[in-house]
Amino acid sequence: MTTATTPPATATLSAIRIIWKREILRWWRNKARMVGSLGFPLIFLFVFGSGLGGAMGSLAGSAADIDFEQFIFPGIIAMTVFFASIFNGISLVYDREFGLLKEVLVAPVNRSAIAFGKTLGGATVATVQGTLVFIFAPLVGVHLTPLLVLKMWPIMFAGAFALAAMGVALAARMSSTESFQLINQFITFPLMFLSGIFFPLQGLPAWMNAVVKVNPISYAVDPLRRLVLEAQSLPQSVLGNLGDYGLGISIGGHQMTVWEDIIIVVGFGLLMNLLAMWLVSMQD
Amino acid sequence: MSPQNSIEAQNLTRRFGDLIAVDHISFEVPQGEVFGFLGPNGAGKTTTISMLTTLLKPTEGSATVAGHDISRAGAAVRTTIGIVFQEPSLDDRLTAAENLEFHAVLFNVPTRQRKGRVANALRLVDLEERAKDLVERFSGGMKRRLEIARGMLHTPRVLFLDEPTLGLDPQTRRNIWDHIGRLRSETGVTIFMTTHYMDEAEFCDRIGIMDRGKLVALDTPEGLKRQVGGDVVTIHTPAPDELAEHLARSSIENRRRGDDVLVEIEDGARFIPRLVREFDGEIERIELRRPTLDDVFLHITGRTIRETGLDDEDVARNRMRARMTMGPRH
Repeated sequence: MTTATTPPATATLSAIRIIWKREILRWWRNKARMVGSLGFPLIFLFVFGSGLGGAMGSLAGSAADIDFEQFIFPGIIAMTVFFASIFNGISLVYDREFGLLKEVLVAPVNRSAIAFGKTLGGATVATVQGTLVFIFAPLVGVHLTPLLVLKMWPIMFAGAFALAAMGVALAARMSSTESFQLINQFITFPLMFLSGIFFPLQGLPAWMNAVVKVNPISYAVDPLRRLVLEAQSLPQSVLGNLGDYGLGISIGGHQMTVWEDIIIVVGFGLLMNLLAMWLVSMQD
Repeated sequence: MSPQNSIEAQNLTRRFGDLIAVDHISFEVPQGEVFGFLGPNGAGKTTTISMLTTLLKPTEGSATVAGHDISRAGAAVRTTIGIVFQEPSLDDRLTAAENLEFHAVLFNVPTRQRKGRVANALRLVDLEERAKDLVERFSGGMKRRLEIARGMLHTPRVLFLDEPTLGLDPQTRRNIWDHIGRLRSETGVTIFMTTHYMDEAEFCDRIGIMDRGKLVALDTPEGLKRQVGGDVVTIHTPAPDELAEHLARSSIENRRRGDDVLVEIEDGARFIPRLVREFDGEIERIELRRPTLDDVFLHITGRTIRETGLDDEDVARNRMRARMTMGPRH
């Protein structure tokens, strides 16, 4: 007399949905976290952006007027989304610490669905948090259009999806929030700093240049920056050769297109999701 | 298995390295019974529950829950049982109703029935008025009641309660017990619970006493008390050693509990005057009462359940338990 009235596929989808919904509800109820998450981008955008911007002049030399704040704005959006994505993994550690994970693990639910629901929830929350940063755009002279935001969303979400899965994978075997934060610092900060978020990829030491190019996060930042710069009415001669100015990634002289970037990010995302699902399934 | 039994365990055993946390225990729990495992911390109660609820694999032996083998049909077991863990496991940031909805979805409660079941479960534990309140504003007792309601949402046939009243004040504990009683009479669910409170074990239809991994006794509370053999006489004296010696001379069995000397004897009312007449030393106070489960535990294991001095084995046991409940640590 098992209660297998719901077909397994529907049950799995329902489980993913309810786990996703719980992440959203928890985020929505925590207004402090919502507002606090704006502090970091605000500091980077104004203190870092304006402070360094004055010293750097136009990033495209005499060819066009691109100031550092315009350059760093898409990077800050990316940073906000990706930090929030990875950090969301901590909710899995909390669940373990506060006992809720046990309750989920005894449920007749596919463990992969648990990991996937967490990842989707984290990615959604992170994308919304990144979207909040758009309100600073006029303050740093970045021209936004609704179309631009619409184009950026899927890319933000694809990156968030990959990094939220990475957060879940990192959290899967961890039982204290302190160790998660520590690992987070050792992995996340280097990945962020070496992804072209904060500085143009020009005149970098060879090793750093190599690291940037194998860092999957670079390919999530790149299309966002390209879309923002394209919307700033710059001459085609500059837009076509962003790599030359260190404003885009080019490999072997080939400048990465938005679609190529997206394929890399989605591929990395699928890989991370498989890893997260596998690690969560290994729980006993 | 016979269809009347909700739980059947055969030589169920769990080792952690050299330590035998649960040592070849066998028992049966008939459908609809409230069955209690009584024992001190580290006796192996939680390990037993973990095995029966498929959270832990037995090292040896087997068991069935609601007819499903715990080792071979774990998934089937999980759909037919409800669990209330020893440690709280609610989401504080969600409301009572949201916590229940979360559980209902994960346990495949059909969408159409979900609302009704949530409302009914809340009513069963008198929390219907607090459905929309965040759990972080709940008292310890309310949280426990909500967890019990949650455990019942998917209409399990066996409900496992691991120390359901741990850390609650006496009034709240009684209240939880009222709710458990009501649950049983309204749903007929089999309840398997653990406790180390002697007085609570009295609510059970039958009690298994666990000590150091072994099931040392299993009977109704009355049956267990009969094993003690009559009345319990507690004698408080400044000279307990002399008294013990005196009793031993007339071959009357006795035990020490602190400075008290305890005697289990058929007819306590006749024994007291004789003792006063024959014992030369001073007697400060004598107490006569029917045996409690405390006495039963002392009678069977030679220790009181509250005995504070844990020996090395107990300490190792508790450490194992802590490691088990925490999960892997990195």
